[in-house]
Amino acid sequence: MNAPVKPSKLIKGATGDWEMVIGLEIHAQVNSQAKLFSGSSTEFGGAPNSHVSLVDAAMPGMLPVINEECVRQAVRTGLGLNAVINRRSIFDRKNYFYPDSPQGYQISQYKSPIVGEGEVTVELSDGETIAIGIERLHLEQDAGKLVHDQSPTNTFVDLNRCGVALMEIVSKPDMRSSEQAQAYVSKLRTILRYLGTCDGDMEKGNLRADCNVSVRKPGDPYGTRCEIKNVNSIRFIGQAIDYEARRQIGILEDGGAIEQETRLYDPNKGETRSMRSKEEAHDYRYFPDPDLLPLEFSEDYVAELKAGLPELPDEKKARFISAFGLSPYDASVLVTERESAEFFETTLDGLANKARDGKLAANWVINELFGRLNKEGQDITSSPVSAVQMSAIVDLIGEGVISGKIAKDLFEIVWTEGGDPRALVEERGMKQVTDTGAIEKVVDDIIAANPDKVAQAQAKPALMGWFVGQVMKSSGGKANPQVVNDLLKSKLGI
Amino acid sequence: MTDLTSLTLAEARDGLATKSFTSVELTDAHLKAMEAARVLNAYVLETPEQARTMAQAADAKLAKGEGGWLGGVPLGIKDLFATKDVRTTACSKILGNFVPPYESTVTAQLWRDGAVMLGKLNNDEFAMGSANETSFFGPVINPWRREGSDVNLVPGGSSGGSASAVAAGLCLGATATDTGGSIRQPAAFAGIVGMKPTYGRCSRWGTVAFASSLDQAGPIARTVRDTAILMRSMAGYDPKDSTSVDREVPDYEAAIGKSVKGMKIGVPKEYRIDGMPAEIEKLWMEGAAQLKAAGAELVDVSLPHTKYALPAYYIVAPAEASSNLARYDGVRYGLRVPGRSISDMYENTRAEGFGAEVRRRVMIGTYVLSAGYYDAYYLRAQKVRTLIKRDFEECFAKGIHAILTPATPSAAFGIGEKGGADPIEMYLNDIFTVTVNMAGLPGIAVPAGKDAQGLPLGLQLIGRPFDEETLFSLGETIEQASGRFTPPKWWA
Repeated sequence: MNAPVKPSKLIKGATGDWEMVIGLEIHAQVNSQAKLFSGSSTEFGGAPNSHVSLVDAAMPGMLPVINEECVRQAVRTGLGLNAVINRRSIFDRKNYFYPDSPQGYQISQYKSPIVGEGEVTVELSDGETIAIGIERLHLEQDAGKLVHDQSPTNTFVDLNRCGVALMEIVSKPDMRSSEQAQAYVSKLRTILRYLGTCDGDMEKGNLRADCNVSVRKPGDPYGTRCEIKNVNSIRFIGQAIDYEARRQIGILEDGGAIEQETRLYDPNKGETRSMRSKEEAHDYRYFPDPDLLPLEFSEDYVAELKAGLPELPDEKKARFISAFGLSPYDASVLVTERESAEFFETTLDGLANKARDGKLAANWVINELFGRLNKEGQDITSSPVSAVQMSAIVDLIGEGVISGKIAKDLFEIVWTEGGDPRALVEERGMKQVTDTGAIEKVVDDIIAANPDKVAQAQAKPALMGWFVGQVMKSSGGKANPQVVNDLLKSKLGI
Repeated sequence: MTDLTSLTLAEARDGLATKSFTSVELTDAHLKAMEAARVLNAYVLETPEQARTMAQAADAKLAKGEGGWLGGVPLGIKDLFATKDVRTTACSKILGNFVPPYESTVTAQLWRDGAVMLGKLNNDEFAMGSANETSFFGPVINPWRREGSDVNLVPGGSSGGSASAVAAGLCLGATATDTGGSIRQPAAFAGIVGMKPTYGRCSRWGTVAFASSLDQAGPIARTVRDTAILMRSMAGYDPKDSTSVDREVPDYEAAIGKSVKGMKIGVPKEYRIDGMPAEIEKLWMEGAAQLKAAGAELVDVSLPHTKYALPAYYIVAPAEASSNLARYDGVRYGLRVPGRSISDMYENTRAEGFGAEVRRRVMIGTYVLSAGYYDAYYLRAQKVRTLIKRDFEECFAKGIHAILTPATPSAAFGIGEKGGADPIEMYLNDIFTVTVNMAGLPGIAVPAGKDAQGLPLGLQLIGRPFDEETLFSLGETIEQASGRFTPPKWWA
């Protein structure tokens, strides 16, 4: 993205405006039963070292064998990122010594990754849409975990996570603000979750970001970057980037120079600190892993996976807008979380007249249901009101059986007590009264009892609202508002 | 009864089948011979109890006529192969008393077919060496001596224990591995037969890795037929090794005795190296004449990149080794020498656990893969490797069935005689054998004569990919013409 940066995205410094340049490397744990090169389970939370095979522990003579499911998931992800799929890729060894890496090297992909360039469309809070380039996606092994707090003199190693497949998704340096970076990570997470290729659960560490940050004066070449390792929440990503950019601007404005280095973000102090400098950087001695053949697959294989992809958020949003007339904002709200979108789709499927009531259903799902869930701190997956119940409520409104106001009462009953909305309406007499004769009687009674108000309303028609309120009140809210309005207008002669 | 340890594997197999003797008798005879030959240091671990248990089981099966392909045949296993519940060290201190809870695919297949394990055989540490002098358990002694001399000679390496044990009658056959010549060179030094199969023919799963793209398991035995019999059990596709090839395993023994008439045998001029002893040249020409006499056609061929093979090999193999040996870090198994920090522990463990030659190769490998050197060394060596492979492909494309070369540039030498001052002197031993590993081809070493001092010399036949059968046929032709070579028994 080389479009000019809006002035609002620039940071004011003592020497003028500065522009941030951000590139992200996202490590996303592949959704698979077994590890990348062994049959061990990838299940989270097992007893330490309970998911460790001979291969994971790098016993002498053990050899890696590729898990085809992980390959499938990486290709599907590449397709979801509109990226080039490389039908021949190579696994390399990244050599380094650390107890979390029993082989003494990580199997990764260096020069020939499985997925090449792609693009993700990201929507910002002001409604602006930007495209973020994807540089590459490659498969690699996760490392084990060191446990430092179990013994005063020893560090323990838990290899459960060791060898689990990760997709490293590398963006181009296309982001110019922490907000853009956060929006990009959110969008990427949404796509991965739609594809089912990664849970995207940042708390469990199965989506982590390395943030490359540099600053420059607008129009200047790229500055020297620092990499902030392993940031594990979208909020921290924003904080870490903003802190880091300001730190760099501070140094540059004091006449200093940025040293290329790896840094860590400390969320408690809200600052980044140096982890290792360029001089201390490892020489990983990458070379093709001789235990593995190049990874090759056919055009047909890719085509088949492409055909099997689910509808992705961008497509879904466009469909919601064109088919049901939703606003882009509402459509975005519905598609951001896969589960929310699924709930809405099921609600739509349950409607008697999708074309007529789709938009109404969206309003109800967003305003009533999401609003209530939010207020109660609950998740869509544990919603007390099911999609089937939601469809029934919307149907009842759409069919004119109940008014919108009554519908809110009905929603409350369904939320707290449950039950079939249609039956509830019958049992509790919540049906809207559209019988003109019955309403007319009420209208007549009220007009007769309030001659002074009649005069006022005839002088100032806006005051008719008082009569509407009285009629609704006396009908217990069940009178059809349209019928009430029409009758009042003709009876009052306004 | 004849000495059961002097039988060939084929003879022993037939004797077991006809119940001339039992596997327990055969096994005991070998255990006794092993005990008497400890001076050779061929075995680093004898497993007599396991051997007798396996022999009894084999006898029970033989009695029911279910002996299997190798039913009751006692073998020695190179210490590079992981053997379940039996110490496996790759003859390195760093593996200490490592006892694997798993069995290598190759040995599992031997046991599947009824073979009996006598013990673990000595080898160069992590298979790095050409004289079996780098073993943590000390050097192996070749049963062959120069005529009228009592100087101990090396058996070659890295499968020195395998070669020495087979030549001295301490097993009927042995497993071995070959990364740059480690089956063929010791077989030649000990006057016996060694087959290095096509890369991917035998599974590497459960075999301690030296250089993954070059390592290949294979048999060493006293005759070509015995080698072919062992090959059938050792070979086969293994889904646990991504580089193993899914291809049917033929009955290699059926190739023995097949006519070689009309076969075109290439004689590469580049193998006529400077300073090669005249007797090696003579042996080579005699071998060619033997094949010609059997009806084969000898053709002069050129493998122009041969001279780059050794330097390229000594980049590729250490590079892979430096990475393969990173797992020996003192964290999970084997030797650990404590230190003040994790780095200290790594350094102490690896400095004490690895011998000098292994340390040298790990350092060479680390160097050639380093930033700034990778292109000049590793990448270039890989390009050379492609050219070497192409040399052979072009040769075979012209209808050549196999290529005949000497196996080694000399006969066995004395312990401590070579490489002390200059490791390259030792590396030159592999000059005729490394090309085969670089190209992933099969190669067999067959004894073909003796040098002036009475030491055996071998010839090498290089074959087309997965055409081990032709090599067995040709090898046996040379064996028939040259006779067999048995060392005088001075050690017991």
